[in-house]
Amino acid sequence: MSHRLPQGGRLIDRTTTLSFSFNDAQLKGHAGDTLASALMANGQMLVGRSFKYHRPRGVVASGAEEPNALVNLGTGNRHEPNQRATTTELFDGLTATSQNHWPSLKYDIGVINTALAQFLPAGFYYKMFIHPRPLWKHVYEPFIRQSAGLGRAPEAETRDPDTYEHLHVTTDVLVIGGGVAGLAAAQAAAASGKRVLVMEQGAHWGGRAPVDGGLIDGKAPEDWVAETVAALAAMPNVTLQLRTMGAGVYDHGYVLGYERLTDHAPDTDGPRHRLWRVRAGKTVTATGAIERPLAFAGNDKPGVMLASALRDMIVNYGVAPGQSVLVVTNNDDAYRSAIAAHDAGLSVPAIVDVRKDGGGALAAEAEARGIPVRTGMAIAKVTGPGVVAAAALCRQDGPGTVLETVPCDAVAMSGGWSPVVHLWSHCGGKLLWNAATAAFYPDPDRPPLGADGAAMVIPAGAASGAGSLPGALADAVKAGAAAAGVEPGSVPAADAVPEAALEQVWMMPAQAPKALRSKAWLDFQNDVKVSDVQLAAQEGYVSVEHTKRYTTLGMATDQGKLSNIPGLAVLAEARGASIPEVGTTTFRPPYTPISMGAIAGDARGALFQPIRRTPMHDWHEEQGAIWEPVGQWRRPYTFPRDKETKAQSVAREITATRTSLGLLDASTLGKILVKGPDAARFVDMLYTGMMSSLKPGRCRYGLMCSENGFLIDDGVVARIDDQTFLCHTTTGGADRIHAHMEEWLQTEWWDWQVHTVNMTEALGQIAVVGPNARACLEKLGGMDVSEEALPFMAYVDGTLAGIPVRAYRISFSGELSYEIAVPAAQARALWDKILDAGAEWDITPYGTEALHVMRAEKGFIMIGDETDGTVIPQDLGLNWAISKKKADYLGKRAQARSHMTDPNRWKLVGLETLNGSVLPDGAYAVAPGKNANGQCNVQGRVTSTYHSPTLNKGIAMGLVLHGPDRMGEVIEFVRDDGETRIPTRIVSPVFLDGEPS
Amino acid sequence: MTTPQSPLGGARYDGLVTVVELDPVGTITLRGDLADKAIVKAAHEVSGTAMPGPLQGSGTETAGLLWMAPDEVAVMVPRSEVAERAAALSAAVADRHALVADVSDARAHFTLSGADGDVRAVLAKLAAVDFDAAQTPVGTFRRTQLGQVAAGIWLREPGLAQVFTFRSVARYTFDLLSHAADPAARIALFD
Repeated sequence: MSHRLPQGGRLIDRTTTLSFSFNDAQLKGHAGDTLASALMANGQMLVGRSFKYHRPRGVVASGAEEPNALVNLGTGNRHEPNQRATTTELFDGLTATSQNHWPSLKYDIGVINTALAQFLPAGFYYKMFIHPRPLWKHVYEPFIRQSAGLGRAPEAETRDPDTYEHLHVTTDVLVIGGGVAGLAAAQAAAASGKRVLVMEQGAHWGGRAPVDGGLIDGKAPEDWVAETVAALAAMPNVTLQLRTMGAGVYDHGYVLGYERLTDHAPDTDGPRHRLWRVRAGKTVTATGAIERPLAFAGNDKPGVMLASALRDMIVNYGVAPGQSVLVVTNNDDAYRSAIAAHDAGLSVPAIVDVRKDGGGALAAEAEARGIPVRTGMAIAKVTGPGVVAAAALCRQDGPGTVLETVPCDAVAMSGGWSPVVHLWSHCGGKLLWNAATAAFYPDPDRPPLGADGAAMVIPAGAASGAGSLPGALADAVKAGAAAAGVEPGSVPAADAVPEAALEQVWMMPAQAPKALRSKAWLDFQNDVKVSDVQLAAQEGYVSVEHTKRYTTLGMATDQGKLSNIPGLAVLAEARGASIPEVGTTTFRPPYTPISMGAIAGDARGALFQPIRRTPMHDWHEEQGAIWEPVGQWRRPYTFPRDKETKAQSVAREITATRTSLGLLDASTLGKILVKGPDAARFVDMLYTGMMSSLKPGRCRYGLMCSENGFLIDDGVVARIDDQTFLCHTTTGGADRIHAHMEEWLQTEWWDWQVHTVNMTEALGQIAVVGPNARACLEKLGGMDVSEEALPFMAYVDGTLAGIPVRAYRISFSGELSYEIAVPAAQARALWDKILDAGAEWDITPYGTEALHVMRAEKGFIMIGDETDGTVIPQDLGLNWAISKKKADYLGKRAQARSHMTDPNRWKLVGLETLNGSVLPDGAYAVAPGKNANGQCNVQGRVTSTYHSPTLNKGIAMGLVLHGPDRMGEVIEFVRDDGETRIPTRIVSPVFLDGEPS
Repeated sequence: MTTPQSPLGGARYDGLVTVVELDPVGTITLRGDLADKAIVKAAHEVSGTAMPGPLQGSGTETAGLLWMAPDEVAVMVPRSEVAERAAALSAAVADRHALVADVSDARAHFTLSGADGDVRAVLAKLAAVDFDAAQTPVGTFRRTQLGQVAAGIWLREPGLAQVFTFRSVARYTFDLLSHAADPAARIALFD
C-alpha cells in the first residue's frame, strides 16, 4: 500500500499540514505536495476508472504525461473535470472526486466491461452498432455516452468566477523548459545581452536533475540550479516564469504560453490563468523526455508506475507506492529508482532486466546494495486483487512460462525515454529515429522555419535526444548560443555515468500469447492493449493516423504521451515494417489541455464583444428600447410604451411619423469623405450612376457593385465642392466600403489623386421625419429650411438651436424628411432639443422596424434584404440608377455577361396575399413539377415582408420569375410547414404612392 | 451653444494605473504628401509642434501631431478652436492635393498614467506590440488593436500613455483598460 515515508521529500514542508477531500474522505497532505503525492501518502492507490473497461487505475506518472489520475477538481462554479493529479499542487481545502465510475470508485458496475473485454476489441463500436441504422441515435449512442466518458461536464448554470487575461510579449530567445538544459541554454543565450524569456511548466526549477543525481560543476544539481536561477534572475535581459507551460509553437515564431497563477492558491485575487502570446526570435525547446511504460499483462494495475515517477515520489514528496518495489526495465536508468527505493528503506525484491548482460555502472551500484538482479527476464503478468500483489517472472525471449513469482506491492517499469518533441513538431519540425535509444528525436536538418527561412526552433538537452547529463548540458549550451546568434561559451562540467545499451522491448515477453497480450496495456487512458493494435494491423490498418482513430490509441486528454511510441512500435512489428516507416501521429498544440478561460482572456461578460454605441445610445436605453444588433452596433428596433407589444409599438411609430412627426437615430450610417483632383472620376467608377455631374450642395442616390456586378451597397452621395464628395453607406457597409475604396485606390488606381476619410464616427445623424418636420426645425431656429432654401435632394450647412449642423433633404420614408448631421459630441444635445421642440406635435422616436416598414411601403430596396450577394441592380428594376453614358463603372462588364442579362433572372415585384396576411419571410413561390432532387420547383422568393399599418394589410417584396411582366397574376407561396399554400398577387413594389408633402 | 461632450463624461478608474477619459480633443485629419515641405509647414503651424517621424507622436493633446501613415497625420488642437484651425489648415494646403477633416468627435481619448512599467504592462495585455522600453521608447505612436478594437497608442512621457479608439466603442475601451489595470493582475515584466 502507498504511504508517506518517514523522511525525505525535498519539495514538501512537513511542518505545514493541508486538508483536502477526495470522494468525501477528508485527507491530509503537506505544503509542496501534488494531489497525486498526497493521495498516495494517504494510501489512496485507486484514483479512477478506465474509459472503456472501467478498470481500477492508479497514479502511473509524476507529471504532465499522466494518463490515469484525472479528477474532477473543485465544486459548483469552480468544478473542472479531467485535471491531472500529478500537476495539481495541493492547497488547503482542495476538493477532488474521481471520474468515470458508477455508482462509486470502489464498486463500479461498468467493470463488467472487463469481463466482456474479449468482445470489445478495437473497432467494436464501429462494427457492432452500425446496424440497424435507427438504433444508433435512440439506443446505442445514449447507452455508450452513459458508460463512456471521462470527467463530468460543469453544470449548465454554473459560471466561472475567475478572471483571465492575455499578455503580448516579444523576446529574442524563448526557452521552454526550466530543467538544467533549459537553464544552461538560457545562460548561454543571455550572455549575448539579448532578451531571454524562460518558461517552466512546474512550480520548481531544475526538472529531473535533482532527482536523478550527478554533479554539475562539482555541485549537487539542486545547488547548481539555485545558483544559476539566481544569476539569471539578476540579469536585466532575462525573465523567468514558473508555472508557465509552452503550449504551442506556430508560424512566424508565435508561441503560446499558459501561465497558471492561482490554481495552487485559488483564494488569491487576480487572474487565474494568463495566456502569454509570445513573438520569439528563436525558441529553444528544453522540454526534456518522457519515460515509456512496458507492455506486460496487468501493467495497468494500481501500484505499477513509471520507474522515474516512483523515484520522483520518493525523492520529491517522500511517498512510496508500496513497501516492496519490483523494478522492471530494458535500460540502465531504472536502476536509479531501485537505488532510491532501497535508500529510502523500501524493499526491492528484484530488478528484472530484459537484457541478458544486464546494466552498466548503475547496475553495479544496485548490486552493491544487495539488490537482486534478474537479467534476461521479464514480467509475465502482474497479479493481485485490485492492486499489485505479486509479479510472475518469465524469460523475455519466451512465451511467458512463469519461472518465479515475486511478491511485491509496487512495480516500477521503464521502457526507455522519448524526447518531448511536441513543440518542435507543432510547426513542422521533422524527426529521426535513433535505434540505439529507441526514440524519435528532432532532425536538425529539417527544423521548423521562420520568416527568414532559418530554423526558428532549436531543441536542447534531452529534448534533442541527448542522453547523458554532460551530453544534455553541452547540447543545451550550443542551442542557447545558437538561438542568440553567438559562439557557445563554456559548458558546465558533469561526469557521464557509463551505461549499457538499451534493448528495444515493445511487448513483454517477446512471444506473449494472446491471453497476455490482451491484458498488456499500451494506452491506459483509452484502454488500448497490444492485442487491439495487432488486430487493427491484421484488419488492414496501415497508417498510424488511421490506427489511432480506429483503436483510440493516443487520443483524449493525454494525447498518447506514454502510449504513442510503444503503440506505433507494436503496429510496426505487426506490419513487419520499421518504426520510422510507420512514423508518428501528428503533434498538435496545446501540449497539454489549456483552459477555455485562458483562451477567451478578458473577452467575457461586458467585454465579450465590443458593442458600438451611438451618441444617443444612453437615451434609447433609458426609454427601454428593444435592441436590434446591426453589425456591432445596437440600434433600437422599437420603443414600446407601457404594455405595447412590439407590433403595436412599431405601428404607432409609423402612424405618428406619417401623420405628424417622427425622429430616427441614423448615426450608424456610413459617411466617407472622398477628396482630390480625381475624386469625381473615382466616384463615377464606384457607383453605377453618374456622380461627377452632381452640383455642390446637391445629393444623389447611388448603387455600388462589386467587380462581379453584384449590388454591394447603396446610399446618398453629397457633393461638397469641386473636389469633394461625401458618400453615405449602409450601417453595415461603412467599414467594408471604406476598405473597398482604399483597396481600389491602393492596388488598381494607385496613381489617382484621391484621399478618403471615414467620418462615420465623427458625426451623429438625426432624421426628422413627417409632415411637421419643417415646422419643428424652424422652431429650433438658426437656418432656413424652407423648400426654396433646402429643396429635396439638397443640403445646407448652418446651425440649429446654436449647434453646427449640415441638414440634408433626403427621405427613406416617402415623408417630408431632413437628416441632420451634427458633431457627435453635440448630437445628444441636439436630439434632446428636437425632442423638446417637437413635443407639441407629439414627436415620436422610431426604430429600425418602422424605418423598414416605411421604406417597404414606398418600394425602396434594402441592402441585405433585397440583395444577398447574387442580386444585380437590374434584378431590382434599378436600371434608372445605372448610367448609360459612362464608359465604365465597377461591375459594368460583369453585368453584360450572358447569365446577368438572362431574361429568366428573377426580378423584383411587390406581393400581396389575397387574404391580406403577412407572407413568411424567405418563403418560396412554387412552380409546377419537381426538380432532379424530387423537390418542388420554385419561381420566386420573398425578400421583405411586413404588416403595413398605413395600408392595414400585409405587404411584401420578392424576386419572381418574369415578375414585372406578370402584374396581377396570382402565384402560391409555401409556409414553412412545407404544405400550406398562400395565394399571392404580383403587384407593383410601390405600395404607397404620392410625393412627400 | 452646447458644450461638446466626451462619450463617457470623463470616466476614471484608479487601479494598477489610472485610466482617465480625456475631455474632447480637437482632432484634424490631414492627408497629403508628408514629404512636401508646404504640408509639413502647415501642420507645424496649425499644431505648434514639430512633424514627428514615422511611428512617432509629438507635442500634447492640445498641440500635438501623430504620424498616422506615410500620407496622414493627426493634428491635435483645443476642441474649442478646431473649426477655425481646420479652416486655416485647409487654406494653407489649398494648392496641394490634401484633405483636411475635423474628426474630433470620431474618437474617445484616454490617458494611462502610473509607473512606466505598469503602463506598458497594461497595454501589453491588450495590444500585440513590443512594449519593451528599448524597442518602443517614449514618443512612439502606434496604430494597432486594443483588445478587439482599432486603437492608437501614444507613449507620451515615461509613465504616461494616451490611447484613442472610435467613439462608439469608448465604453468597451474603458472597461477593457480597467480590467487590464486590475491591481491584482500586476506583472513586473517591464519594471
